[in-house]
Amino acid sequence: MPHAHPALIHALRGLLPPESVLTDQEDLRPFECDGLSVYRQLPLAVVLPETIEQVQRIMRLCHARQVPVVARGAGTGLSGGALPLANGVLLSLAKFKNILHIDPANALATVQPGVRNAAISQAAAAYGLYYAPDPSSQIACTIGGNVAENSGGVHCLKYGLTVHNILMLKVVTAEGELLSIGAETLDAPGYDLLALMTGSEGMLGIIVEVTVKLLAIPERAQVVLAAFDDVVKAGEAVGAIISAGIIPAGLEMMDKLAIRAAEDFVHAGYPREAEAILLCELDGTHAEVSEYIMLVRKILTGCGATEVRTAADEAERQLFWQGRKSAFPAVGRISPDYYCMDGTIPRRHLPHVLRRISELSEEYKLPVANVFHAGDGNLHPLILFDANQPGELQRTEELGRRILELCVEVGGTITGEHGVGIEKIDAMCSQFRSAELTQFHAVKAAFDPSGLLNPGKAVPTLHRCAEFGAMHVHHGQLAHPELERF
Amino acid sequence: MSDLSSVLQQQVLDAYNHGTALAITGSGSKSFLGHAVAGQLMAVTGHRGIVEYDPRELVLTARSGTPLEEIEAALAEANQMLAFEPPHFGDAATLGGTIACGLSGPRRPYSGSARDFVLGCRMLNGRGELLRFGGQVMKNVAGYDVSRLMAGSYGTLGVLLDISLKVLPRPMASTTVVRECSATEAITGMSTLLGKPLPVDGACYHGEQLHIRLSGSEQAVKEARMKIPGEVQADADAFWQALREQQLPFFQKNDFPKSGTLYRVMVKPATPALNIAGSWLLDWGSAQRWLYSSEDAVTIRRRAEAVGGHVTVFRGGTASEIFQPLPAALMAMHQRIKASFDPNNIFNRGRLYPNL
Repeated sequence: MPHAHPALIHALRGLLPPESVLTDQEDLRPFECDGLSVYRQLPLAVVLPETIEQVQRIMRLCHARQVPVVARGAGTGLSGGALPLANGVLLSLAKFKNILHIDPANALATVQPGVRNAAISQAAAAYGLYYAPDPSSQIACTIGGNVAENSGGVHCLKYGLTVHNILMLKVVTAEGELLSIGAETLDAPGYDLLALMTGSEGMLGIIVEVTVKLLAIPERAQVVLAAFDDVVKAGEAVGAIISAGIIPAGLEMMDKLAIRAAEDFVHAGYPREAEAILLCELDGTHAEVSEYIMLVRKILTGCGATEVRTAADEAERQLFWQGRKSAFPAVGRISPDYYCMDGTIPRRHLPHVLRRISELSEEYKLPVANVFHAGDGNLHPLILFDANQPGELQRTEELGRRILELCVEVGGTITGEHGVGIEKIDAMCSQFRSAELTQFHAVKAAFDPSGLLNPGKAVPTLHRCAEFGAMHVHHGQLAHPELERF
Repeated sequence: MSDLSSVLQQQVLDAYNHGTALAITGSGSKSFLGHAVAGQLMAVTGHRGIVEYDPRELVLTARSGTPLEEIEAALAEANQMLAFEPPHFGDAATLGGTIACGLSGPRRPYSGSARDFVLGCRMLNGRGELLRFGGQVMKNVAGYDVSRLMAGSYGTLGVLLDISLKVLPRPMASTTVVRECSATEAITGMSTLLGKPLPVDGACYHGEQLHIRLSGSEQAVKEARMKIPGEVQADADAFWQALREQQLPFFQKNDFPKSGTLYRVMVKPATPALNIAGSWLLDWGSAQRWLYSSEDAVTIRRRAEAVGGHVTVFRGGTASEIFQPLPAALMAMHQRIKASFDPNNIFNRGRLYPNL
């Protein structure tokens, strides 16, 4: 609807101060992509509201004119969830950056969606409290985006995902209505819409306020680094620690390529010759941590670790973690481009999945570095490639898709924490059948009947799946034989 | 051990085609909760058995009709547990009913709720379609989180077939410290503990006694015990179980209406004692408060709402709204969600809200 643009923009200008409606190409450019920069698109306009009422007015206007809206936090997402639409408005929540209220007596905080993840813990520290989910991008990513993606982090084995650590949301619907979802109490009457909203990737509503649960900062945290000459042994050690009744605060694994890249980048003191390392963090009271460290060291040695090292002090602990948290940029230094996957598998299939990934890596002639949240089976294989080589991006995406199909095959999922966005929209066709996708669309329609919120993301249409050719065949019959296939 | 998925599916298909109301039923241990449901009985107790359990994965998958006792016995053998300590409210309580009602026991504020531990499910929607959401892994953000939405929906959205849950190791040690104090002191004491790095996993105030349970490694419990004033409680396990199952003497006055109604009052934990006549028991670190009172639900709700709380009529009583009424816009959203799963409105009509 090309004729609608000037009128729409004029109307948006009527709702917001002039500097909060961007339409010039150069102003729109910073919003053309999120953390997955292979997908880029300029929106019609970017709006930067700063009050809930402004968000409501924008949504009412866009609803009246049937203009799609994509919400955006800090834009650190890795699946293209905040990719703008050419015919849509991009709604940035960057101006919602106030911590509204910290309530230490009830261990909760109410914040605006544009508050950075790490800023919540910084503010709560004065009361001995913190916000547990810690995605690697926590210094930049915002809580609104965390809720939209149900972000995890290295500590979610013990402390859970975003969905486990929030209490209440204020949400503006596609029609501009303000809803309160959840409660400051531990549960809320009615359906658990908080669970539905968390991880819904901007498809169900615009999050304008978040109440999070805070936890007491543990007395002590300590990390043990173990080196292995075999990835399979490292995988077995993970199972052995958990079988012993220990839930580490974090349990991370890196393979040789990732270890070397990280070591060369931040000099974390990782053993360069190891085939795999495990980082196992224990937290709790002083005595508890000492007790667990002894147990864990014994288990790791028993599982054939070639070296087991406990961080000597807090500085070394930070350094061990910095290596892990810098793994992505470290791989970025040794390859012109890399593509990060995010499958999750039942842990017992780790050896098989690793072997298959390495076979696929050879088949596609593209190196793969592996970084895992090993405790919860969340894999981040990083495919190294060069986008300037003709055909390499395509080959990379195909290899990525094969890896995700492998995860689904062993009973896992195509995305553990990065979201579907636009990136894994076709992979959704291998994880879900048409009846499930139809149910997702029906849920979406219950919130957003006109389909104006982030359309085209997260859940593929049946048509798209048919086109993609991955529609599941059951008992020799296609689920929807009436659909056209290409 | 039997898989009745296709039998149940046929039952739903028939009901869908004829618009027959179905009353989904497990053992009936929680049938006292919510509004009574009229409709053709749909028994799921025959659909039972643990489908998969590998202690190393911390994941258990079982059919919805599996008795909770059977699941807890299997977990105990591997020294693991359902960390949300579900109340059974009956010997034959099933997993499906437990998740559908979304109830959790004393550990809830410290470990998480029933819904927090749901990882995935297989279910039948109101069109008789067999759907699978979530999975058997800890982290999964593909698609909307329908399996957690099922928790606490009282069977109004679908029939749960299989449920995958995250399970946890049992704590290596546990001890309960008890002391006498006033309600005000107890509320402050329990909410102050939220800000302390101590391994608390239960806190209850009952009959002028404050009970604090500590669980974790031997050392952690020993160390923490020194920081909590009071005596070590001798019969602690029995106490927490009786609390969970509402078998403490406090709960044994179900002579309705003479005894008053049992209300579940949810508030922020630091909320001072509410000025409502009746007898109180504070669980969940004073975030979940049980009240026997002869005051009417409307008055009690008004008091709770004023401090950001909500109220369920748990046992007895004649209130027309058992669960806290929802604002109109939210109720409309609930109705649309219900219709998206159950377009012919066949499942557990009115169990949660009369118009849902």
